[in-house]
Amino acid sequence: MPEPVTEQDDIEQLIRQMADDLRSRLEAARVRDALMVGIHTGGLWVAERLHTLLGLEQALGELDISFYRDDFSRIGMNPQVRPSRLPVSVAERHIVLVDDILHTGRTIRAAMNELFDYGRPAAITLAVLGERSGRELPIQADVVGRHFDLGEHEHVKLSGPEPLQLSIVEAP
Amino acid sequence: MRRHSLQHDSEGRLHHLLTIEGLKRQQIVDILDTAESFISVGDRQVRKVPLLRGKTVVNLFFEASTRTLTTFELAAKRLSADVLKININTSATVKGESLLDMLHNLEAMQCDMFVVRHADSGAAHLIARHVAPHVSVINAGDGSHAHPTQALLDMFTIRRWKGEFAPLTVAIVGDIKHSRVARSLIHALTTLGVSALRVVAPKTLIPAAVESLGVHVVHDLDAGLRGADVVIMLRLQKERMQGAMLPSEAEYFSTYGLTEEKLALAKPDAIVMHPGPINRGVEIASSVADGAQSVILEQVSNGIAVRMAVMSMTLGRAPAEGEGA
Repeated sequence: MPEPVTEQDDIEQLIRQMADDLRSRLEAARVRDALMVGIHTGGLWVAERLHTLLGLEQALGELDISFYRDDFSRIGMNPQVRPSRLPVSVAERHIVLVDDILHTGRTIRAAMNELFDYGRPAAITLAVLGERSGRELPIQADVVGRHFDLGEHEHVKLSGPEPLQLSIVEAP
Repeated sequence: MRRHSLQHDSEGRLHHLLTIEGLKRQQIVDILDTAESFISVGDRQVRKVPLLRGKTVVNLFFEASTRTLTTFELAAKRLSADVLKININTSATVKGESLLDMLHNLEAMQCDMFVVRHADSGAAHLIARHVAPHVSVINAGDGSHAHPTQALLDMFTIRRWKGEFAPLTVAIVGDIKHSRVARSLIHALTTLGVSALRVVAPKTLIPAAVESLGVHVVHDLDAGLRGADVVIMLRLQKERMQGAMLPSEAEYFSTYGLTEEKLALAKPDAIVMHPGPINRGVEIASSVADGAQSVILEQVSNGIAVRMAVMSMTLGRAPAEGEGA
């Protein structure tokens, strides 16, 4: 079993800080009806907690980016793809996109491509529970729970949904 | 290269879709689940996903079709593939070029998928045996053998209305003998494990030894419909009939046509399905085809999502070892 790097309380504390950060950002930008969208699966777990803490009016959206992956021709179809669900139109709306770990940036690119096929958002704010080195695309998060310094073969993984736990695992 | 069956690759993944026979229950469920995700794509501002960008799909229809051809074409376009339709009547096959020569020419143009409809049973299998390893073949109906995507879209429609397959009583009514849809439906429904599957038709329209597929043969429409959850009407294939298998269309309608009165024998929440095209007043009354229990048009829209699922799953495989990408 990989060693957990955070205790349960720590994660809840990280998410509370993220919620505070997001709240002040949305207030400063005078955003009233933000639509929060979580990326399957880990991002959705984090988004559910943020959504409750912020008391957002709009129901939570969920995105499965399987149809937008850039490695489809190499690894094929994800057999466990789930439907994406957005409760309201994204057109001219402020989107808060939530994922668990920001690494290469490819997942976020795919998610943004998918969002734009639903309409043209007014703006997108990216919130991630953890970010690490290894970016392959010019994508940065606006709200970050925790930064991880990892070795070349290390990965940080979120397990959940109850309890949420971050662990560092050795990649082969 | 070792293959478990013609339509699977060496790792058991679907490479071609030629028939429902030999598909495992989980494989069918995976296709239906993937199709479920494609349904929401049709509700968006941009009804397209980029999965098959750069792939080329060729529709080879040697037999007339509107619904199937159109939904295959829409499915490919919604996956961002490029789509060609070869009009067989005006193409080289009439100039004496053999089918396989034509296929190899299309392969030389870097086509990735052939969707094949042909009046001869086994045509899609023949093509699948001869294409390059990276090419996938989808059977869009071969003779009276199989029409797997039709059966899958019917399973999808049934699951959306009824949820579980296990408790269901399903009646397939009509020309079982000449119907490729019937064969594919029987394989799909028995694989998914419905509790009762009846085929309802006069003796002349029931193929020999159909009981061995796990169905109950019923010759009386009333008995066949009683207590059914799902009623699937088949088109009377007038063009495939040789000789006098039936007295007349009017008599067929009076004995085997689905009217409101007959439908009342099924469960009150039974759904009525038909693969199209409908012969109104032959196998089904207009009031039933257009009635509240009919899901016939829904079958057509579901066909797009199901075909998207089949195309992306067969083309979107990682190349297995020894197989060119």
